[in-house]
Amino acid sequence: MNDDMASIFREELRDLLESLERGLMDLKSRPEDAGLVNQVFRDLHTVKGSGAMFGFSDLAAFIHAFETAFDRVRSGKVPVTPDLIRLGLSARDEIPGLVDGTPDPEGRRDGILSALQVLTSGEVAAPPPATAAPAATEAAAPSAPSRLTFRLTGAALALGSRPELLLNELRELGAQNISADLTRLPELAGLDVDACHVGWHMDLPPAVSRGQVEDVFMFADAEWSLETAAPEPSASGLPANDDAEDAAPVVAPQAEGVASVAPVAGAASPVVRRDAPPAAAPAAAEAAATVRVPAERLDALMDSVGELVTVEARLTELARQSRDPALMATAEQVTRLAGRLRDAAMTMRMVPLRSLVARFRRLIHGLSDTLGKPVNFVVIGEETELDKTVIEKLADPLVHILRNAIDHGMELPEGRAAAGKEPEGTIELSAAHAGGEVLIRVRDDGRGMNPEVIRAKAIERGLITAEAVLTESQIFTLVFEPGFSTAEAVTELSGRGVGMDVVRRTIEGLRGRIDIESAFGKGTTVTLRLPLTLAIIEGLLVEVAGERYTLPMSSVQEIVELPADKLKPSRSGDFLDIRGHFVPFLRLRGLFNCDGIAPSEQNVVILQSGEGRVGVVVDRIIGTNQTVIKQMSKLHRRARCISGATILGDGSVALIVDVPQLVSSGRAQTEGGKEAAA
Amino acid sequence: MNVHDLNAARSVTLVTMSIGPQMLAIPATQLREIIDPLPMTRVPGAGAFAPWVLNVRGTVVPLADLRIPLGITDPGPDDRPEDARRFMVIEVEIDGDKATMAITADMVHEVVTIPLTRIEPVPATMHWPADYLRGLFKGSDGFVLLPDLSAIFSAMAQRPSAA
Repeated sequence: MNDDMASIFREELRDLLESLERGLMDLKSRPEDAGLVNQVFRDLHTVKGSGAMFGFSDLAAFIHAFETAFDRVRSGKVPVTPDLIRLGLSARDEIPGLVDGTPDPEGRRDGILSALQVLTSGEVAAPPPATAAPAATEAAAPSAPSRLTFRLTGAALALGSRPELLLNELRELGAQNISADLTRLPELAGLDVDACHVGWHMDLPPAVSRGQVEDVFMFADAEWSLETAAPEPSASGLPANDDAEDAAPVVAPQAEGVASVAPVAGAASPVVRRDAPPAAAPAAAEAAATVRVPAERLDALMDSVGELVTVEARLTELARQSRDPALMATAEQVTRLAGRLRDAAMTMRMVPLRSLVARFRRLIHGLSDTLGKPVNFVVIGEETELDKTVIEKLADPLVHILRNAIDHGMELPEGRAAAGKEPEGTIELSAAHAGGEVLIRVRDDGRGMNPEVIRAKAIERGLITAEAVLTESQIFTLVFEPGFSTAEAVTELSGRGVGMDVVRRTIEGLRGRIDIESAFGKGTTVTLRLPLTLAIIEGLLVEVAGERYTLPMSSVQEIVELPADKLKPSRSGDFLDIRGHFVPFLRLRGLFNCDGIAPSEQNVVILQSGEGRVGVVVDRIIGTNQTVIKQMSKLHRRARCISGATILGDGSVALIVDVPQLVSSGRAQTEGGKEAAA
Repeated sequence: MNVHDLNAARSVTLVTMSIGPQMLAIPATQLREIIDPLPMTRVPGAGAFAPWVLNVRGTVVPLADLRIPLGITDPGPDDRPEDARRFMVIEVEIDGDKATMAITADMVHEVVTIPLTRIEPVPATMHWPADYLRGLFKGSDGFVLLPDLSAIFSAMAQRPSAA
């Protein structure tokens, strides 16, 4: 198999598994939803189909059994139960292993399949009304062999339909006497190579239901008809089937020789139906409107757009100097186009939060079972979009936060009852746009955080002194300090004290912020504020000892002149009085080990990150610019106070200063200063 | 596989260059381009191995100096022209991930194709760090070292930046 195809399949599989998992999880809360059952079934079918197409025959066989079980659910013979969902999820977990060819020595897969079979072999008395129609069709399986005729329509061949695969599937169902129908073959001159002019006839065994045939053609653009050949004389009455009471009002009498899903009793004549299953048609249209693009290509596009933005700045500058009106007009046009292109390229990188949510649902489901804490997981705004880089890096921190919410935050049902709460806890994940930021919130209605306990722990760990006067919110932020853990028992899941500080670092690495609020006994809310994109930011370009650095404009609060009495570093630390607040400041010349003597007039840029502020002393402010962020290589990832690099209009590289790191350096200086003063 | 491929598999194409007095060779497959020196941007606190970054066609690329890991201190012959200096843009693997890097060369010489059998292991008696070398071969002007670029860059990426 060609690698490209394999990777396309894997990509597709990932999406399908995600959708499958979501379907199963949703089904858990809405077991009666026939649409969901159908969605799960469709996903299984697609995985099976493309798996077989790409040569993963083990996978196809496994899914086939899985699918058969769900077919019974779909036809209403088996109810959706928590056991079924659990088995479905474990079966889903086996799929990646099947694709990678991981062996299954303990026979786990067979175990799942046989459990599924046991679970789905018992029939329920009456299928729910929502799924009655397909059930009825199945019930009407005629006892005589039926004759199937099909023909691919439209541009099916050009779109990649493979009649031989359909025929193979039909053969698996037991099709016999397959013959080609060449009646519609045109003259050579009229032959359209993209159309399939050949139709096929075949006999299917009586056991084959219409539903099974429908499944074969689910994704094929085909017209087909299924007729019972040579009706039995006895067929004038009701079909000889146990489910007759359901079948009777729906199915056309067999004497007519046609099994049709159309809910008309009586006079159905032999019809050739142009059949595209209702659910497949919109899905196909959607597929055509969406193009799957490898992430590297988007990155390459973004790189080029970044360069264009850089060159455009240079062009504008040159045009301005030339004072040539024609050149200036052209440059202006280029500016506009580059801006539009930049916006379009950035939009393409946006991914909805939904892509992460399935994983979280699964996590909560698992934890809730393991810990015996029933939890209702609510997601609001999963369609909110963020840059794909942000989404990728957000997964781990959110897992940590959700884990904490259920492991530490949630009480056991008895505890909740004692506190007068519903036995089932609620964890709400919400996402929304707010200005240039995205707000992501995780709220639980658990026991909340006890500021006294946190304070005591922090003192015990030496994070604060016993005398420290802190507000409640300051106390809560202590949980983000490295080495802080309040879990009385270190569980397998959390409580190792490495979680929250890593979470904060990751979020700050994304130029975001994390806040925590809690009401003791009522619950905790963790709020993440993240920038919409990481690819291009507004930057403030400054000069330090002949070198240029970029500060993220979103962090810049104000720019002041360095007072003459602060030119020399003071012994008790460098502080500025900004309207009554003392703000520590750092000299970039010193921090970056620059040579030479500072000019007599310097500026201080006041930067903010989270709750902290810091000033940085620079020689000169050059101006603002569109900054295309380039990651630093692994060789430089440890460079202090540098978060990335950007390319300037003249082609040289300027480094981007890491504001959160500067702020924590400033904080360290504040504490050092206090000690020196004490 | 035809005869031509078999022959190709038994030889290797290298680009030779000088750092100080030492001749080194880099596999042509690992070399992306050779460029004239570009404006460099200092990375504060990045250490002596790769203290700079460059803009190579829109990509920010670290500029490294192989003198540091190989322990070359001798500046080399005085009569070497100043404008012979080049940057070699190379592809390396750092901890298994591909990365583009640049290294400085005091002078780039030629492209040579040599049979693999001519490459010998580095004798243990020599002062070179064996972990950083794939081997050496005898050229017309003495022996030529084959640095293991991925090993060097991976090891350097592990070092604390203050070093």
